[in-house]
Amino acid sequence: MQATDKREQLERFASAIRIETMAALGQLGFGHIGGCMSIVELLAVLYGGVMRYRPEDPGWPDRDWLVLSKGHAGPALYAALAVKGFFPLEELKTINQGGTRLPSHADRQRTPGVDISTGSLGQGFSSGLGAALGHRIDGRSNRVFIILGDGECQEGQIWEGALWGGNAALDNLVVFVDYNRQQLDGYVMDISPMEPFARKWESFGWHVQQVDGHDVIAVDRAIEEALDASGRSSVILLDTKKGYGCSLAEGKTMNHHMRFSKEEMDQAIHDWKIRCGEVAP
Amino acid sequence: MTAVRWDEKVMKDVYIEALLALAEEDSRIVVLNADLMNSDGTVKFAEAFPHRAVNVGVQEANMVGMAAGLAAVGKIPLAHTFACFHARRALDQAYMSGAYAGLPIKLVGTDPGITAAYNGGTHMPLEDVGVFRGIPDMLVVEVVDTVSMQSLLPQVVRSPQPAYLRISRKETETVYERGQDLNLGKGVVLRPGSDVTIAAAGLMTAESLRAADILAGRGISARVVHFHTVKPLDRELLADCARTTGAVVTAENHNINNGLGSAVAEVLGEECPVPLHRIGVQDRFGEVGSVEYLQKTFGMTAADVAAAAQTLYENL
Repeated sequence: MQATDKREQLERFASAIRIETMAALGQLGFGHIGGCMSIVELLAVLYGGVMRYRPEDPGWPDRDWLVLSKGHAGPALYAALAVKGFFPLEELKTINQGGTRLPSHADRQRTPGVDISTGSLGQGFSSGLGAALGHRIDGRSNRVFIILGDGECQEGQIWEGALWGGNAALDNLVVFVDYNRQQLDGYVMDISPMEPFARKWESFGWHVQQVDGHDVIAVDRAIEEALDASGRSSVILLDTKKGYGCSLAEGKTMNHHMRFSKEEMDQAIHDWKIRCGEVAP
Repeated sequence: MTAVRWDEKVMKDVYIEALLALAEEDSRIVVLNADLMNSDGTVKFAEAFPHRAVNVGVQEANMVGMAAGLAAVGKIPLAHTFACFHARRALDQAYMSGAYAGLPIKLVGTDPGITAAYNGGTHMPLEDVGVFRGIPDMLVVEVVDTVSMQSLLPQVVRSPQPAYLRISRKETETVYERGQDLNLGKGVVLRPGSDVTIAAAGLMTAESLRAADILAGRGISARVVHFHTVKPLDRELLADCARTTGAVVTAENHNINNGLGSAVAEVLGEECPVPLHRIGVQDRFGEVGSVEYLQKTFGMTAADVAAAAQTLYENL
């Protein structure tokens, strides 16, 4: 596929994930909008070509595994899964409703396509390492992709895992850090700065890249390089914006978890459609 | 008379023999450890199955989280560390990554209660049974001797549930006959009796049998029941014991709060309220010393159990 075609296809998919996520949270009236928006392009690249999966058979033994360690971004993942047909798009309206298969944080026992339960930060990383190790012990070809938040990287467990994972040289693993520079209480640099972030990971023995997390082609190429980097565990720092593409959240200081009306979110969806060229200004 | 005697083998050696035998049969078994392999003997597992053993280093949280990931891909992970670290350092991982996620991780916690002896109060788990008992689906099992370990380990490993296995590394007193079979979730009447029931676990099981000897000398017939599975507790057996003897003493190597004593109190309260006395650590922190010193200090000797049982019986 030509790079321009691929970009267009992935951006179209990303736009669908973004709009479905905004619509679902808009109907709910609240949610972790900021951290959902910042990983949309990554989800589009992973589910739009990189990962091997079968929506009609979520437990397919040869599938790749996605671990959303920043589990509060569940709604964005659910939107990606719904667009790809793991369950009906309509079901996104049930997010956080009693009895739903789509709880606020990712849950392997409830949601088709979710393999690891997450929510308590830092834990999905270790579970993902364990899954990658298990596949390696069995000589299987399944790959594991783990998405961390930058605030999440303040957890001690992340650096336990980074130490072990860097030494373990897991070729079947790619870790992403959604480096959106914001956390619940404000800016990472004001609370507990992570810089020099890339050098931290390098010093723990990881193959490190840092790319624009909203550029689907840049992300796609970085994943390709990460998978090619044999003999090392790989991490990709994604420079992102918290709330990216959602006008009521992007650029706001307190956009980790927000309340909004359906009308406000409908306006934000309209703003996005103009911004990405889906509708005329 | 009781059949209590010191085992000729050390628990950790028999544990590893049993685990290696299981691992020969079942390739899903993986061992994790956080820099205590030479302490608990799992180094022998690493020698026998180098690709199925991981020493993560001193990082319990990552170890238990990795165990969950291994379980998710179909492995049976046994994560080993001191019981205090399982309960205190990696509880959230056991809870969320493991049990909440429906994954059958197996947590093996060594040096229960006062057997942490010379490591002292910092390393003395007196809360672990209570902590894990509060997690849905979690099996909580404490083996008393090598016989019960050999019988229960395969059941714990093969169970589809997450499990916490509390186990001594050291010499233990044997209360079972070699080769005896036990059933997960089922208490065992070690000694018949009609006047009072002593519900015991772990180290206190042998003490309770000795207490029954003391009581017999005073004309009191004590029934000694071993509850190796604290969760799920054998409610039926316990209620029957309460009905037929009329009083219960619990004896455990744990804080009397939240462990066996509390579990027994809950069942008695709902099924058959009878006078109860809980022997164990009376809501205190641990401290350093020999097991014998600590038993005396915390009131956990056969004499203490016997005195409590006698008081209950005489006040019925």
